[in-house]
Amino acid sequence: MTIKTDHGVVTSAPSGIETGPAVNPGASFLVASYEVAARTVKKFVRSPQLIVAGTAQGALFLLIFRYVFGGSIAHTGSLTYVDFFIPGFVVTSVLFSGMGAATGIAEDLQGGLFDRLRSLPVRLISIISGRVAADTSLLIWSLAVTTFFGVLVGFRTQDGAGAAAAAFGLCVLYGFAFCWLFIGLGLVAGSPQAAQGISFLVFPLSFVSSAYVPVSTMPGWMQAFANHQPLTYMSDTVRLLTEGHAATQLVGRSLGGSLLASLLWSAGVFAVFAPLTVWKLRRS
Amino acid sequence: MHALIEAQGLSKRFGKVRALDALDLTIPSGQVVAFLGPNGAGKSTFIRTVATLLRPDSGSLRVSGHDVVHEAMAIRRLIGLAGQSAAVEEMMTGRENLVMVARLYGQSRRTARINAARVLELVDLTGVGDRHVKTYSGGMRRRLDLGVSLVGTPRLLLLDEPTTGLDPGSRSELWDAVRDLGNAGTDILLTTQYLDEADHLAAYIVIIDEGRVIAQGTPGELKSRAGSDRIELHTRELSGLTLAVEILAALETGAPSCDRATRRCSVAAPGGAQLLPVVVRALDDARVTVEDITLRRPTLDEVFLALTGHTTQPSAPDSEFEEHVA
Repeated sequence: MTIKTDHGVVTSAPSGIETGPAVNPGASFLVASYEVAARTVKKFVRSPQLIVAGTAQGALFLLIFRYVFGGSIAHTGSLTYVDFFIPGFVVTSVLFSGMGAATGIAEDLQGGLFDRLRSLPVRLISIISGRVAADTSLLIWSLAVTTFFGVLVGFRTQDGAGAAAAAFGLCVLYGFAFCWLFIGLGLVAGSPQAAQGISFLVFPLSFVSSAYVPVSTMPGWMQAFANHQPLTYMSDTVRLLTEGHAATQLVGRSLGGSLLASLLWSAGVFAVFAPLTVWKLRRS
Repeated sequence: MHALIEAQGLSKRFGKVRALDALDLTIPSGQVVAFLGPNGAGKSTFIRTVATLLRPDSGSLRVSGHDVVHEAMAIRRLIGLAGQSAAVEEMMTGRENLVMVARLYGQSRRTARINAARVLELVDLTGVGDRHVKTYSGGMRRRLDLGVSLVGTPRLLLLDEPTTGLDPGSRSELWDAVRDLGNAGTDILLTTQYLDEADHLAAYIVIIDEGRVIAQGTPGELKSRAGSDRIELHTRELSGLTLAVEILAALETGAPSCDRATRRCSVAAPGGAQLLPVVVRALDDARVTVEDITLRRPTLDEVFLALTGHTTQPSAPDSEFEEHVA
C-alpha cells in the first residue's frame, strides 16, 4: 500500500494547517441523520440470523400465550382471550425491540464506531436522531410482523380499519418515546452484555400489567402498580380502539381517558429521557 | 501561524486514575509526531481529547488554535481519526463505509463516490471494495480504517495505535502509507507503544508516562539525552566474557553491563570511534574471540529506561483502562 504522491494522487493538504485546502464543511442535519439511520437499518437487514431469531422468538411467545396459557386465563369478560391479549402482546413487543436499540447503541459505543461518527463535523443531535429514526423504523417492522402473527392466530378487530390504524400509530408513537429510554440505558450500561442485562427490566414491566392477563386477579398492592403503569394504559387503549364496547366493559376506562394517559406517558418518557440521553452523550 | 497542539495543565481522570496529569505541551505544525509510552500512559486519552471525543477536566488544549471544548466543530472539520479510537461498520462494504463518512464530511453523493473509489485505490482495497468488511483480514480492516480517515480532506491525521495487533507485513505496509502521507505534507499525530515505530515514522517524538510529558525531541535528540554511544560485544566463549568485561572496565568510561546468558557486554563510550580500536587490540592481545563488536547509539528502549526507570514493554495487548472509559 503506497500513497502515490509521485503520480499526483495526494490525498491531503500539501503543506501546513493554515494554508491547506478548504476544511470539511460537514453534512447537514438531514443528510447526517439519514446516513446514520441507513447504516443501522443496513446492519439489521443484513443480519438474517438476527431477524429470524427475533421473529421466531416473538412467534414462540405468541403461540405459548395463545395456546398454552390462553385456555386457562379467565376474567377476560366478553372478549375471547386472543382478542384480549394480542393488543397487549403487540404493545409489549415494542419494549422487546427496544432492547435491541439498547444493545445496539452499547455496541457502537464499545466498538468505536460512535467515536468515529463523533469525530466528524456533524452535530451530535443528528447522529442521535439518525439512530432513533432507524430504531423507530425497525420497530414499525417488528410491530407489523407481530400484528400479522396476531391475525394469523385468530385476532380480529371490531371497530374497523381506521381505529386499528390509530392503534398501530399509537404503538409507533410510544415506541419512539421509549426508544430514547432504551438508548439512554444502552449508554449507561457501557457494554452490550450489560445493556441486555438492564433491559431485562422489561420482563416485570410487561408481566405486571394488563398486557397478558386482566389486572383484577392480582393482589391489591400489585394492582396499584399495574393499574397505573404505562403498559397498562397502552394495552387498554389499543384494546379499546380495536375491540370497542366489548373491551370498555372489561377495561373499566373510557377510550378518551386511557388514550390521554397513554399520550401523557409517552410525552413524559420522551421529555425525561431524550434530554438525559443527549446530555449523557455530550458530557462523556 | 498557530501551533498544531498547545496543551496547558491538561488533566483528565477516570475515577482514581489520572490519565492526563497537568500535561503541558506545544508542538509546531508541519510534521509527523509520535506519542510514545507504555499502556495506560495517557496516549489514547490525549489523542481522544485532541479529537474532541473527551472533555478535559481542567487545563486547556488548542488544536491549530481552536479550543477543544468551545470550538470542537472547527477541529472536527480539520481532522481525520483512525486506529483503536475509531471503527468501521462490519455489515457494510468497504466502499459503503467510505461513502458514508464522505457524506458526513459534507460531500455530495457524486463527490463521495469518486472519493471512495480514489481511497480504495489508495489503500489497495479496490478488489474487495464491494465485499462486506466482516470478510476482511485484520490488515485489510486497518487499511480501510486509515482510508476512512482520508476520505475527507484532513489537515491533521490522528492515528491511535495504528499498527497494534498487526502482523509484521501489514505493519510495514501501513508504515509506508503513513510515511508517504507525512511526506505529502499532512500533519500526523500518532500514538504507539513501539519504539521502532516512533523511530521509523516520526520526525518528533513525545514520550508520555503516567499522564505527563517526560521528554520530547527528535529521535536523535532523545537518544543523545540517554547518554553517549555504547560499545557492545558478543564473545564466542563464556570464559572470554569475563576477560572482555575487564577490558571494557579498563577504559574507565563507566561500569560495563554484562549478560552471561547471551555472552554480551557493553559499556558507555564517549568518543567511541577512538575507543573501538583500543578495545579490539586489547581483545586480540587477550586472545578473546568475539562473534561481533559494534559501536552504536543508544536505542529508544534505553532512552525510555534512562528517562523513566522502567521499560516500555507492554504488559497486555490492549491499552487497559483507556478503552472502556468512553
